[in-house]
Amino acid sequence: MEAFDFVSPISIEEAVKTLASHGDKARIMAGGTDMLVQMRAGRRTAPLVVDIKGIPELNVLSYDSAKGLTLGAAVPCYKIYQDKTVAAAYPGLIDAAYLIGGIQIQGRATIGGNICNAAPSGDAIPAVIALSGVCNIAGPNGTREMPCEEFCTAPGRNALENGEILVSISMPVPQANSGANYLRFIPRNEMDIAVAGVGVSVVLDGSGQNFVSARISLASVAPTPVFAKEAGDSLAGKPVSEEAVQQASELAQAASKPINDMRGTIRQRTHLIGVLTRRSLNKAIERARGG
Amino acid sequence: MPGVTHVKTTLNDEPIDFLCEPRQSLLEVLRDVLGMTGTKEGCNDGNCGACTIILDGIIVDSCLVLGVEAEGKEITTIEGMASPEGLHPLQQSFLENAALQCGICTPGFLLAAKALLDAEPDADEGRIRHWLAGNLCRCTGYDKIIRAVLQVSTAK
Amino acid sequence: MTSNQVLSEIEYNVVGKRPLRPDGVDKVTGRARYGDDTNLTGMLRAKLLRSPHPHARIKSIDTSKAEAFPGVRAVVTAKDLPFAVLSKEELGGEYTALKFASDHMLASDKVLFKGHPVAAIAAVNAHVAESALALIEVDYEVLESVVDVREAMKDGAPLVHEDLRTNDMGETADKPSNIAMHMSYAMGDIEKGFAEADLVLEREYTTATVHQGYIEPHNTTAFWNSDGQLNIWTSTQGSFQVRGTVASVLRLPVSQVKVTPMEIGGGFGGKITAYLDAIAALLSKKAGAPVKALMTRTEVFEASGPAPASWMRVKIGVKNNGKMTAVETEIAMDAGAYPGSPAMQAIVCAFACYDVENGKVDGYDVVVNKPKTAAYRAPGSPQAAFAVESLIDEICGELKLDPIEFRLLNAAKEGTRRIEGLVARRIGLVECLEAARAHDHYKSKLSDNTGRGVACGYWPNRGFQSSVVMTVNFDGVVSLIMGSVDIGGTRASIAQQTAETLGIAYEDVKPTIVDTDSIGYTFITGGSRTSFATGLAAIDAAEDVKSQMISRAAKIWDTSEDDIEYVAGVVSHKSDEELKFSFKDLARQLATTGGTISGRSNVDPTGEGNGYAVHIVDVVVDADTGKTDVTRFTAIQDAGKAVHPSYVEGQMQGGAVQGIGWALNEEYFFDDTGKMMNPTFLDYRMPTSLDLPMIDTVIVEVANPGHPYGVRGVGEASIVPPMAAIGNAIHGATGNRMRSLPISPVRILEAGWENGKS
Repeated sequence: MEAFDFVSPISIEEAVKTLASHGDKARIMAGGTDMLVQMRAGRRTAPLVVDIKGIPELNVLSYDSAKGLTLGAAVPCYKIYQDKTVAAAYPGLIDAAYLIGGIQIQGRATIGGNICNAAPSGDAIPAVIALSGVCNIAGPNGTREMPCEEFCTAPGRNALENGEILVSISMPVPQANSGANYLRFIPRNEMDIAVAGVGVSVVLDGSGQNFVSARISLASVAPTPVFAKEAGDSLAGKPVSEEAVQQASELAQAASKPINDMRGTIRQRTHLIGVLTRRSLNKAIERARGG
Repeated sequence: MPGVTHVKTTLNDEPIDFLCEPRQSLLEVLRDVLGMTGTKEGCNDGNCGACTIILDGIIVDSCLVLGVEAEGKEITTIEGMASPEGLHPLQQSFLENAALQCGICTPGFLLAAKALLDAEPDADEGRIRHWLAGNLCRCTGYDKIIRAVLQVSTAK
Repeated sequence: MTSNQVLSEIEYNVVGKRPLRPDGVDKVTGRARYGDDTNLTGMLRAKLLRSPHPHARIKSIDTSKAEAFPGVRAVVTAKDLPFAVLSKEELGGEYTALKFASDHMLASDKVLFKGHPVAAIAAVNAHVAESALALIEVDYEVLESVVDVREAMKDGAPLVHEDLRTNDMGETADKPSNIAMHMSYAMGDIEKGFAEADLVLEREYTTATVHQGYIEPHNTTAFWNSDGQLNIWTSTQGSFQVRGTVASVLRLPVSQVKVTPMEIGGGFGGKITAYLDAIAALLSKKAGAPVKALMTRTEVFEASGPAPASWMRVKIGVKNNGKMTAVETEIAMDAGAYPGSPAMQAIVCAFACYDVENGKVDGYDVVVNKPKTAAYRAPGSPQAAFAVESLIDEICGELKLDPIEFRLLNAAKEGTRRIEGLVARRIGLVECLEAARAHDHYKSKLSDNTGRGVACGYWPNRGFQSSVVMTVNFDGVVSLIMGSVDIGGTRASIAQQTAETLGIAYEDVKPTIVDTDSIGYTFITGGSRTSFATGLAAIDAAEDVKSQMISRAAKIWDTSEDDIEYVAGVVSHKSDEELKFSFKDLARQLATTGGTISGRSNVDPTGEGNGYAVHIVDVVVDADTGKTDVTRFTAIQDAGKAVHPSYVEGQMQGGAVQGIGWALNEEYFFDDTGKMMNPTFLDYRMPTSLDLPMIDTVIVEVANPGHPYGVRGVGEASIVPPMAAIGNAIHGATGNRMRSLPISPVRILEAGWENGKS
């Protein structure tokens, strides 16, 4: 690996100042599980690595029944699923945190890093989009918020401007009778990149028999994670039924634009989006009904 | 030549200092700077688990941690697993159950299994298989490794 | 439900027991020293510049900028190899072999695969060496490449070697070709055999390039001392093999090269070829310092020796009762960039499980622009078995015959003549099949969506040379010195055979593996030979010790050796009950009665151990995703005699799981030009612990008549059956017959779409 300098700012202000003054010479590192691999393989270079794990705001993991979840961008996956309150409130997020890499990777990898890495296959991203996650960004010009579905702009590229960092991800309090799920397909049972992935959240009415609303998001079927808005919206107001789920899965398929590569074919991926959307919706419905 | 950083950390319960370049992984520091070669390199990209260490109680791939990140941390490597009184029960169980053939993945498996049983002494076969999925073994087919960990687990 | 059984007929005192391995404590505490753990004063690190192109002519290499880079101590290219200055006339018949070996290490005129080394740098650390690699300027003329074995065989295909001519059964063809060799065997009357058949099926099969997947990357440390002695410390399956290759490529007498085998982190055949050692040696000579090299995982995938991709056509004729009347196969194996695929082993093993009168087999060794393939556990046999055992399952389906009964009806047994002419001695295939038929697994009911498959497999287990020395210490402990590298428990298995022969305790044998200066020539650890052949050497050396112990007792008792017997570790006078020494008592007398005793043996056993395996597997296939889960697996194998049953089970389980990976998900993805797209453990998908059930084992013991304890060797046969067994099980679960490996989820989905059976 080429040589680099390493700094560990302890405040957002310090981090932003450092990043702003170094421009594209600096790269942010959280868990490092993607970045160090990319740097070692020569796919990314960075004369300056900025470790943001020492900044208090990026290590916040808090759930408030009024405000919802604040997930600092440097919080590793294992802390999320070990937090019983968070795990109970956001099982759809836990699905993803529990899938990223093996246990060793989960000890380092962060949801924030997964989002910033902006891989089409990033497992956390559809889960966060489905849960209406919002990215809280700090930069030289103050702070701004952005829905997660707008954050990834191209493979490996995100919406952060020069000097900006992702501070945290916010999620609203789960509504009554709601449920979420993330499912992916991989050839093994662990350690693979998603051939296709689907994150969903549903809100049912009090009877548990009708959809109030739904959000569906897809992995590995486009240059960036896909927010399949029409697929989710198609469920709103409909009775929970196989037909409704089937129709949503077809709309999800229509929203995907996969490519052929060594991890999957267009036909396979499109097919899997259908299968996974149905399975994921059924799991989310089960959870919404208290299952 | 790039500058080096002075790092203070705790390795197998002993406070130590070392110098390293920022680009050196903790794996490289352990093996090449500190001469602790029990931690093995298998892939250097976080996909095999041979370099597993325990960092502040959490298992990580030491190839994906920078040496400079060890500042103020507590590290356990395979060299710190046995005590002067004898082998750790998992080490003994791996021996008795023939849970190693070539042995290159063994330090990583032992530390991962230790972290699991420290947290969940009653881990069952399913849990052990899930926990160890980040550690590749190519010799054993995992059967005897799983049995060796199960023998130490209180799950029956 | 899970179980490990040993079907044993003969009990010994030490052989067949399960003692702790002598190197065990070092390996569970991190103290065992593997190749990359070598650290010498002043040691430099080497990195290799590798070709980005699968096929290109090297027009020029400029290393001047790299040489000037701070921290760089030496740079070498093919120009530094002796081959560069040797003429065809000087080398004579050696020319081609040396050019291939030399060019494989460092390319001279052409690069033949992506990852082919073109230069190497030694620097103060690996990062500096890596940075300096970028400063080497290589001017390539990119050439059209050929990747697929069948394409490479066609007229007009790009030629990997412009001057390679087919060796067709000893005749050299008149024009260049990528087919390095054609080999063929036949017996009986194949036309008649097929004419007599009630059913003849003929199918084609393919398998993908796969890797052994050992976890430890290739490494070496070389120090070319100023006295001219070259020392090498490396992870290898054969220290003498490394010595031979290095001496040959560097044109040194073998005795000028000393190779010390370090502990080895897996090999499976892939750590026989010496990739780095001669390069590190050249760098060491130039730099005047020790040089260590370590491959990255990507280099291991791209530039070590995977197992060949293959194409196979198989035709089998049977009577309605299942009796086979004729068999035929054509097998083309991709050798990679240089000749030497295991096509010969493939055609010999293809029908070795069956007793059939009429047959013809043809093999083709074909070069392509891929890394030169290397041995991988039973090289050639798994591909052939996938084809043959899949077709047999199809025949059983057509004729509604039980797959084990079919195999019992046709099984090879003592006296069966194999296609290359070898007549089998006592072998245990029938016993394995009977054990399979009797196993709870085979008798259990199948649940919905589950399929069950069965397949057989064979590997010859040949002997070759081994050398063993043992000395008797004055406390009665025997030092066992050998050249066979221990890759998975052979210190224990050789020590057990030594202890058994001497009639002493296992704990009283201390095995040590030494360098090439300290023991006689010993062939590689591989081919399931070590416990068998080095075991034979140890038994023979122990017999040598026994006869010397008898002589010594005769001397002490002032009697004739004929009056003394050595039974179960006790040396006693045949007629005087008072005169008796335990092994330890006599050992204590050695110092004062003429000194220590050393036994020695150098063996080169001929004949074959003949390992047979039968596997039963259950799978569940998710019809919606095409994903296969292996839910139950039973491996049955004739070990002859399991010296250490735990490590025999380990070989059976490990081979089975490598086979599961080969069957379901492992493959090199190449782009059209031959660049590997997935050179990481992330995308080269070997099974994890979460992908597998326990692997049940049944050790069958039908003694090998060629070994005193009946040992056959166990490492190879276990990887042969799984691919066909799984393919057959997937057919059972889905109704789709899968004829290409791997049987990945996308292939299962596609088969379902094609056949309307998804």
